[in-house]
Amino acid sequence: MAIWLSRSKKIAHLLKPKIAYFPQPKIAPSEFSYKIYENHVNSSSFGTLSGENIRSPHVFLDNSATMSALNRQWRRTESTRAGEQVETVPYSDDNYEDENQALDFPGGRVSFTHEMKFISEAADKRIPCYRVLSDDGYPIAGSRFEQVDKETAVKMYKSMVTLQIMDNIFYEAQRQGRISFYLTSTGEEAINIATAAALTSDDVILPQYREPGILLWRGFTLQEFANQCFGNSADYGKGKQMPIHYGSNKHNFFTISSPIATQLPQAAGVAYSLKMDKKEACVVAFTGDGGTSEGDFHAGLNFAAVMDAPVLFICRNNGWAISTPISEQFRSDGVVVKGQAYGIRSIRVDGNDALAVYNTIRAAREMVIHEQKPVLVEALSYRVGHHSTSDDSTKYRPVDEIEHWKTARNPLARFRKWVHKNGWWTDDEESELRGSIRKQVKYFINAAYFFL
Amino acid sequence: MLRIAGNKLGARGFTSPFLKPAGLTLRSYSSSAKQMTVREALNSALDEEMSADHNVFLMGEEVGEYQGAYKVSKGLMQKFGPQRVVDTPITEAGFTGIGVGAAFYGLRPVVEFMTFNFAMQAMDHIINSAAKTNYMSSGNINVPIVFRGPNGAAAGVGAQHSQCYAAWYGSCPGLKVLVPYSSEDARGLLKAAIRDPDPVVFLENELLYGEAFPVSAEVFDSGFCIPIGKAKIEREGKHVTITSFSKMVGFSLKAAEILAKDGIDAEVINLRSIRPLDRTTINASVRKTNRLVTVEEGFPQHGVGAEICTSIVEDSFGYLDAPVERIAGADVPMPYAANLERMALPQVEDIVRAAKRACYRSLPAAATA
Repeated sequence: MAIWLSRSKKIAHLLKPKIAYFPQPKIAPSEFSYKIYENHVNSSSFGTLSGENIRSPHVFLDNSATMSALNRQWRRTESTRAGEQVETVPYSDDNYEDENQALDFPGGRVSFTHEMKFISEAADKRIPCYRVLSDDGYPIAGSRFEQVDKETAVKMYKSMVTLQIMDNIFYEAQRQGRISFYLTSTGEEAINIATAAALTSDDVILPQYREPGILLWRGFTLQEFANQCFGNSADYGKGKQMPIHYGSNKHNFFTISSPIATQLPQAAGVAYSLKMDKKEACVVAFTGDGGTSEGDFHAGLNFAAVMDAPVLFICRNNGWAISTPISEQFRSDGVVVKGQAYGIRSIRVDGNDALAVYNTIRAAREMVIHEQKPVLVEALSYRVGHHSTSDDSTKYRPVDEIEHWKTARNPLARFRKWVHKNGWWTDDEESELRGSIRKQVKYFINAAYFFL
Repeated sequence: MLRIAGNKLGARGFTSPFLKPAGLTLRSYSSSAKQMTVREALNSALDEEMSADHNVFLMGEEVGEYQGAYKVSKGLMQKFGPQRVVDTPITEAGFTGIGVGAAFYGLRPVVEFMTFNFAMQAMDHIINSAAKTNYMSSGNINVPIVFRGPNGAAAGVGAQHSQCYAAWYGSCPGLKVLVPYSSEDARGLLKAAIRDPDPVVFLENELLYGEAFPVSAEVFDSGFCIPIGKAKIEREGKHVTITSFSKMVGFSLKAAEILAKDGIDAEVINLRSIRPLDRTTINASVRKTNRLVTVEEGFPQHGVGAEICTSIVEDSFGYLDAPVERIAGADVPMPYAANLERMALPQVEDIVRAAKRACYRSLPAAATA
């Protein structure tokens, strides 16, 4: 299969033997080469490496007689001889002082330096975050973004409102004892909806649990949400799953699973399989800031990179993992800097700016599909609601902080201002929409009882 | 063969030296009759052990600032500081490894899992790093660590939050596995666990945290410890032995009351310890009553009941007058919907039915063929 061929080329490349040289810059060249030879012959740990080394440093050995003796002594197979395509470093006195000399180590060529320099634990400046709309809903001067047409923008806004109202009413329903559990996405509506709008319905979603907006965008009805939360007979899970653990085959949305970050290595696996389908589609896996502490985060990202899996990793950094603030979660500059550690392209975006998120995801998706490699997007936001109905976040964070993000930094308000300015939305439509959604959600909650 | 009035006198079962002496068949209410919830019992045990030994520290998700996911560690961070009550990032495998490492080097960590379902992500560290180390090092390294947290079903939390791990941990040599039921159990066993030099898996139950039990004055003493590996006879009886642990002890006691009305005097054993299993007490009891019903919440196959049954068959087969009855959870991942969940867990009626079967069985099992 085509995929296997391209993989095997990569493997062959990796298997090309790399010769290890051990620089001892203070020694004169002739002594140096002799010492290398000595080391390799005497040390048993070098194995086949020494076999190969004997051949290529022939430029260093003075004595060709010794060389042929060695050839006889080291009977190497065809494959090891064939593998000796490694470049040798031209070794002369002039290069001796040159700092840009390079060494071949397993993993590739790396230049070396005689200065001991530690990479700082923190860059001078934090990675900036991409945003397009100001808090007032005006496009920031100089910002570059793809325009969203009226239809999409209005649909996005309406979906954000629907998600917000749905969350409010279901939360209240839990408080009233109608459902046993609920988890809101308040504050992260822009991440939910803008991401969904930027993807196609072929893209496979592996959510964490704060992404119901994607299902909403793709056509999961309010009735279906209610049914799942009530666990009634119309629920596709037939009451086997806790509330908010939505899943839908036809919407390409993997069922939510409670253990944190397990979806990340699964996403790499799904993408590996998706590659074979050769569709214009990718896998999108979500996690929160807390989920990046899990071992599965490392496994998922590392192997997505190694396998060239077309996964778009989206980290919703909302500042809190139940009661753990990000200052206690990691000491790095957020999650975006971790991408490079895995060889993954990454970007940081303002998660409360729906337009910026939309643009970022569109661009990232293109990269993932056309270059067939993973991309990491860190969307900065704030978890306005409690972690879930089992939590009271006022116990561990100040109320005015929550209020600030609920009002001044509200993603809906910001996007509404922009849509309104474009003349695409009016206040009348706003109140009409809100009233209508509220009625609908309540209606479907009541209807859910019929199927219990 | 009906043996309702068993006249075989076996050895008396174990009675706790901390309660009133044998002679009373019912669980006695002490004269002080103070109530203590399981949560308070655990909290006070942790508090006292941490005060007594500076090497003891608590780590887990939400244990500090949040006062504990189930408020078991309430007030501890305020009292001992963030160095002794450590909030960990979300990585069970990670912080369990950290805890085991700390134990290797001389500290005495108490690692809290939000539920033992999440501890599965840390299973390698619990078994391969903690449990086996003492044996593998021929006794040179000991790992004085306690893994605690809620185990088994709660109410309406679905399959990934409801599994009972007693059987899984119970099968592993190198671990001690404790399953407290009452506040007295919780307090005494947790103190014993923290003082123990080996890894201990302490399986609590979320639904029992808020339940209050009467406790005697001895329980309040800071030196109060319950020996590990000893079961407790909660209710003495003559006709059938019911073994259970954790929440099922409460159900078994209720079943015993119902059975008493039908003239069946059930002996209820609170196992307290899955590993080491108190085979002596169980065998002695079965030799007295000649019938056995094992009750557990977990999956039936390879469960605790299966092990107890084998122990009886190995040691007291001749004393059995009826096949051993095994009550366990249904062989399905726990469903979420309330009606399905009720059907997936043992209820009091199931225990009553099983006990009656054990008592009135008059034909060999082949009758069903």
